[in-house]
This record gives sequence, structure tokens and C-alpha cells, in this order.
Amino acid sequence: MTELTRSQKQIQKAAVDFARGEFDKDQALAWESVGEFPHGIYQKAADLGFIGVHFPEELSGGGMGMLEACLICEAFCRKDASIGMALAMAASGAEGLLRYGAVESKETYLPRIAEGAIRCGFGFFEAQSGGKLAAIETVAAKKDDHWIINGAKSHVWNGGAAGVYVILCRTDPQAPAEKGMGLFVLEADRKGLAIRDLGRKLGGNMVATADLGLTNVCVPAGNLLGKEGRGMNQAETIIEQTGILIAAQCLGTAAGAFDRALAYVKEREQFQRKLAVFEVTRQKVADMAMRVEQARLMTYAAARRCDAGRGLDHLGTMARLTAGRAAVDVADEAIQLFGGYGYMKESEVERFYRDAKVADLSLGGTIRLKNKIARRVIGKIK
Amino acid sequence: MEILRYTDAHKDFRARLRDFMDREVVPHIGQWETDHQVSRDVWRKMGREGFLCTALPDTYGGLGGDFRYAVIVIEEISRTNHGGLAAPLHSDIVVPYISSYGDEAQKDKYLPGCASGDIVTAVAMTEPGAGSDLSSMTTTAEDDGRQVVLNGAKTFISNGVLCDLVIVAAKDPAEPNPHQAISLYLVEDGTPGFKKGNQLDKMGLHSQDTAELFFTDCRIPQENRLGDKGMGFLMLMDKLQQERLVCAVMGVAAAEFMLDWTMTYCKATTHGGRPLSRSQAVQFELVEMTTEVKLGRTFVDKLVVDHVEGCNIIIDTSMAKYWCTELGSRVAGRCLDLVGESGSPETCPLVRALRDARVMSIFAGTNEIMKGIAAKFMGL
Repeated sequence: MTELTRSQKQIQKAAVDFARGEFDKDQALAWESVGEFPHGIYQKAADLGFIGVHFPEELSGGGMGMLEACLICEAFCRKDASIGMALAMAASGAEGLLRYGAVESKETYLPRIAEGAIRCGFGFFEAQSGGKLAAIETVAAKKDDHWIINGAKSHVWNGGAAGVYVILCRTDPQAPAEKGMGLFVLEADRKGLAIRDLGRKLGGNMVATADLGLTNVCVPAGNLLGKEGRGMNQAETIIEQTGILIAAQCLGTAAGAFDRALAYVKEREQFQRKLAVFEVTRQKVADMAMRVEQARLMTYAAARRCDAGRGLDHLGTMARLTAGRAAVDVADEAIQLFGGYGYMKESEVERFYRDAKVADLSLGGTIRLKNKIARRVIGKIK
Repeated sequence: MEILRYTDAHKDFRARLRDFMDREVVPHIGQWETDHQVSRDVWRKMGREGFLCTALPDTYGGLGGDFRYAVIVIEEISRTNHGGLAAPLHSDIVVPYISSYGDEAQKDKYLPGCASGDIVTAVAMTEPGAGSDLSSMTTTAEDDGRQVVLNGAKTFISNGVLCDLVIVAAKDPAEPNPHQAISLYLVEDGTPGFKKGNQLDKMGLHSQDTAELFFTDCRIPQENRLGDKGMGFLMLMDKLQQERLVCAVMGVAAAEFMLDWTMTYCKATTHGGRPLSRSQAVQFELVEMTTEVKLGRTFVDKLVVDHVEGCNIIIDTSMAKYWCTELGSRVAGRCLDLVGESGSPETCPLVRALRDARVMSIFAGTNEIMKGIAAKFMGL
């Protein structure tokens, strides 16, 4: 069940080779310090089919599944967490178009995303709602054959850099949340869209993050994704699926930090012995290896379930939490094993830690995601 | 009951220092973080107003104060949420080597400048190949009968760029026993053969100048040796108790700052109309963290009292250094979890607090070294 098929192994190897050939440590340190997106690598990755690998072939995708997307994501982040995150998040929100878009909007945007021409972002959460989707206040009001959107979205990945956004709005402010929302495609050049870049962050600095202001933004009726009124549930599904990709990022970040720490303890000597000889180092290494493997099993299982098409449940969220925490803890331990060098940017593990922590804060954060799992597991109480 | 009691003189000192921090430190932190060092000016101002080297006798320009003054300085700097102004390193870690082991001439020459802020100090122990294992250092000090010639490289040296005076640990290559080979030397900035390397680019402590130091046939007078020849390792071990206690206090003070900020944030921020602090999960997180911070506070206050009384608290200090510095990082991570994604921009104070706190588990002896020391002295 955990074995990869031959074609999956090929994809994995191709991604590993690509990252090895194209990602450069010094370049990554420089981009991260100024918050620059790796444009050249992104375009090459798109040209080789690594972006949108799970989009259908007729939409310039790879016609493969989430598992393949995860394998690529893992390989990229393992080689470089920041570049990997930038590439993985470039299509964030595209799941919304893929699942709920009409043929026309799919054909308009997904090939361009897969080809690296535009990036995508999603705006669900708001400052005053936090992780509570039911509390969002952005409103889309229908007027003739258009929707007029007013409100604000917070902390949108690729905000200001994306060509297209997927935005969650209230379509019927009087209706209960689960029946009164809609998802919309929002082109970046729409009038009334204001971008407030959030500047440098703890991590994930190759990906721009911004708050979006929406003032009388007018989109055609066809920009509504899926069913009017069902937006909140659709958004939850997108979060679930995005969670699997973030889990894969975190898995790669954990594995990358572990690789570096392992190499270091086998090489570094103190007290006339390699660090890897000390029993406590070995205990730490065992813990780290377990955490990486747990993250991998959960992530692959969630991706497989998604690919089996049986609908999404909470496994994606569980994978996102397991892998997110694994990445933070493994990278943290890697810093400790490196000692003073671990605190230097040169060692990379401090950057892996920062990227891991930011990924672990995503999708509403730990408490929200656990509440989501609990809602599914507990169900209705009599 | 307060474990650690402060006199009115201490309280007055704290009030003046807090006011100083608000005026002379807080407005400049952003610039210092960008510059990767604090201004020389702030060191002099700290000195002029009597906030440096509080333990030195007033004959040298100090306050003649006990360790509680040092604790106050650490705590008040922690409240500003920046780690660049390394006054505790200077006043309570480096200068005590000179005041304890220096001869009268050395003390007269350097201590007044240390207290006034005209001389910023650093201590150079760590080398690229010698971190936890200090005795494996390879920097050499050869006595040619007239002068001492230093050769080697030191790394991760705090105050490494601004320092005017460095205490360098180096080995006599003629002495085979590594523990008896180490001596300490005073090296002034500008001495031929002493070169400061570039700022090291770090995860945090961006306003703190951390650098490599290079010694190439660096000749210093024999009278610049601090203490007896071959006693360097013992002197270092002796002074590390206070250094580690300083780190423990820093860890708790940092955690207190972060928790205080987060508590305010969770009360003031509403999601869907309800304050975050009304969430039961958030409440339990805050209660758990407050409990841990109080445990840390109780522990370090007790150790400060013991230290002021001159007790040997090597086991407890090692424990406190490891536990309280981990507390700092742990609280940083958990607080950020409560704030969520809106806590990730650098504009959120927790981000700098987290980046700065992480090094505390590493410097002044890693936490693994701390546990090793405790185990050894516990007779395990």
C-alpha cells in the first residue's frame, strides 16, 4: 500500500534530479533574504510539467493525481524548503477551479497556471473571522449578470503576484453560512482590488503574502465557481485538498532538515568522537527519522484517498497537522544538532525551521484544524 | 512571598533603566536590526548613566551592586524585545574576568572604560572546530620571552565587531594536557595581526554584532595575560556559572514578554465577534504557558538569591540554563500558534522574539552540555 508505482517512482526521480540540478543554495539564501520569487526555476519547472501535474492533460496538466503532486512537492522542499514552497504554492487555490470551475473558466486559467504564465491564490479568511469561515463578511451581491464584491481578505498567498484568485464571499447574508456563500474567480486586474503586501515574514519569504481589499469589484456571473450558496463547504474541501499539498511541503522540509542534520552529525567531531556516536544524538536521530516517516505515511495516505475519488474527509487535515508539526520539530532539532552553525543562515536548517513554522500556521492554524477533525469524528451529539 | 527581594535602590535603578530603554533603545531597534549592530553611542550612554558593570566597585565607575542589578538589566532589555545591546554579556560575563583575575595594572587600565561604555568587550572561546569541546581549541599562544604571539581563529563572537577589547582563550602548544594549556589574554582592537571578520548572518539577534575573529602572528605584551598561565580552563569554568544564570534569566524574561503580549492579543482580538481568549482551547494553552513561566521564574529567582549569597549552584544552574532557555523557544512557538497566520509577518513582535530566543539553547554551552554537567555533578 505504501509502495509507489513505476511511473510514480519516475516522477519522483525526475523531481529529485530537477531540484538537484536547478536549486542552488547561495541563490536560495539571496532570494530568501530579499523575498524574491524564483521566477526562472518556476518557469523551467512549468515547462517540464512539474506545475499542475494533477491537472487533466487537456488543460496542460500531467493527468496525474495528488500523490504525484505530493512526490514532486516533497522532493523540491527536501532540496530547498523555500524554493519548494514557492513552487508548490504557485498554484494555491487552483483546486477551486479544478473542482468547481465551469469548463470555460477551467480552460481560461488552468493551462496558464500549469504553463507558468500566471500564479493563483485563494482568499478565504478575513481579519475579523480568523479561521471561522462562517464569520466572513465579504459580500458578493448579484446585479444583472454581474456580481459586485465588497470586503477584505487577509493573508493571501501570492497576494499581489497572482494572476487569478479564488475568493469566498457571502452571497446571501441572511442565510446560514453553509447555505449563503459562494466561491468566485477574481482576476488580478479587476478594478477595485487593492493589495497590501505584508512584507517580510518569519518564513516562506519567496512567496508574497498580502491582504486584499475589495471595493465594488465587479465580476461576470460566470465567475461564480460551483453552486451558489455552497461556497463554505467548497472552501472547506479546497482547504482539505490544499492541506495535503502543504503536508507534502512540510514532509519535504522535515526530510531536508533531517538529511542535513544526519550528514552533519556523521561528520562533526567533538570530544574526539563523531557526534553520531553519542547515545543522545542517536536517540534524537531516531526520533527525527520516526517523525519524517510518520509524516510521509500520513501524507501519502491522504493523497491516495484523494486520488481514489471517494471524496475528502479529515485525513488531509490530519496529514497537514502531523507533517506540519513534524517539520517544525525536526528542523528545530536539526538546529540544535548543528549547534552554533545551526543558528547561521549558512547552515540552511534555520531557514527550514522558519519555513516549516509558517507552513504550520497555515489554513487557520492548529486549533482550527483540530476542531475541524473533531467535528468530523464526533459528529452530531444527541 | 517574593523569593527575590529588591531594595528601594534596586527599584529606583529599574525605574530609571526602564525610562532609559524607552528613550534611548526602543526608538532605535528597527535601525539596529537593519544595521546588524547597535550604535556605539548607546553603549556610552548606558555607561554614563550607570547601567554598565553594576558589580564593579565605584572606584572603577561601577555601582558596587550585587547580582540583582544584573538581573534588572537583563529583564529590562528583554522587555524591549531585542537582543542586540549585549550589556549583560559585557557587564556580567566578560568584565568579571578582568575584575576577578586581572592584576591592578590591568584593572586600572581597562575597568573604568568598561564601566563608562568607552570600552566594549567580548570573550573569544569558540572556534570553528571547538564548540562544545572547548579543550580542543587550536588557537595558540606562544611566549617568545618578550611577547606572546597569538595564532588562530575564533567564531560566533558576540560584540565581535564593536569590541575594543577581547579576552582570548589560547593554548600553549608546548603543554600536552589540553586543560592545563589554556590561558586567557587581553587583546585590544587595532593590535597588528588581530582582524575582525564579517558580520555573521544569523536566524535572529540581528541587532547583535556576531563575527569571526582572526589572529595571525598577533603580538601582545606578556603583561596582557589574564591570571596565571595555564589556568584559563579553570577560570572559564568558574565564570560559566554566572554566564549560565544570565542565560536562564534571559529565557524566563523572554518568555514573560511573549506571553504578556500574547495574552493581551488574545483578549483584544475577536474572531467572529468572540475574543480568542474565550476559546477553551486558547485558555488552556495560556494557562499551561503561564504555569510553566511561573515555574521558570520561581526557579531562577531562587538561584539568583543563592548566587548573591555565594552558594555553589552548578547543578541547578545547568538545569536552569537548559530548562529556561527551552522555555523561551517553546513559549515563542506556542504563542505564535495562538496568533496563527497573522503572526507570521515580521511586524508581529513574536517573530523577532522567536528568532532571538532560539540561540539561547545553544550559546553559553548547549543544553546538551548543560545536561552532561548536571549528570556529572549529580554523581551519575
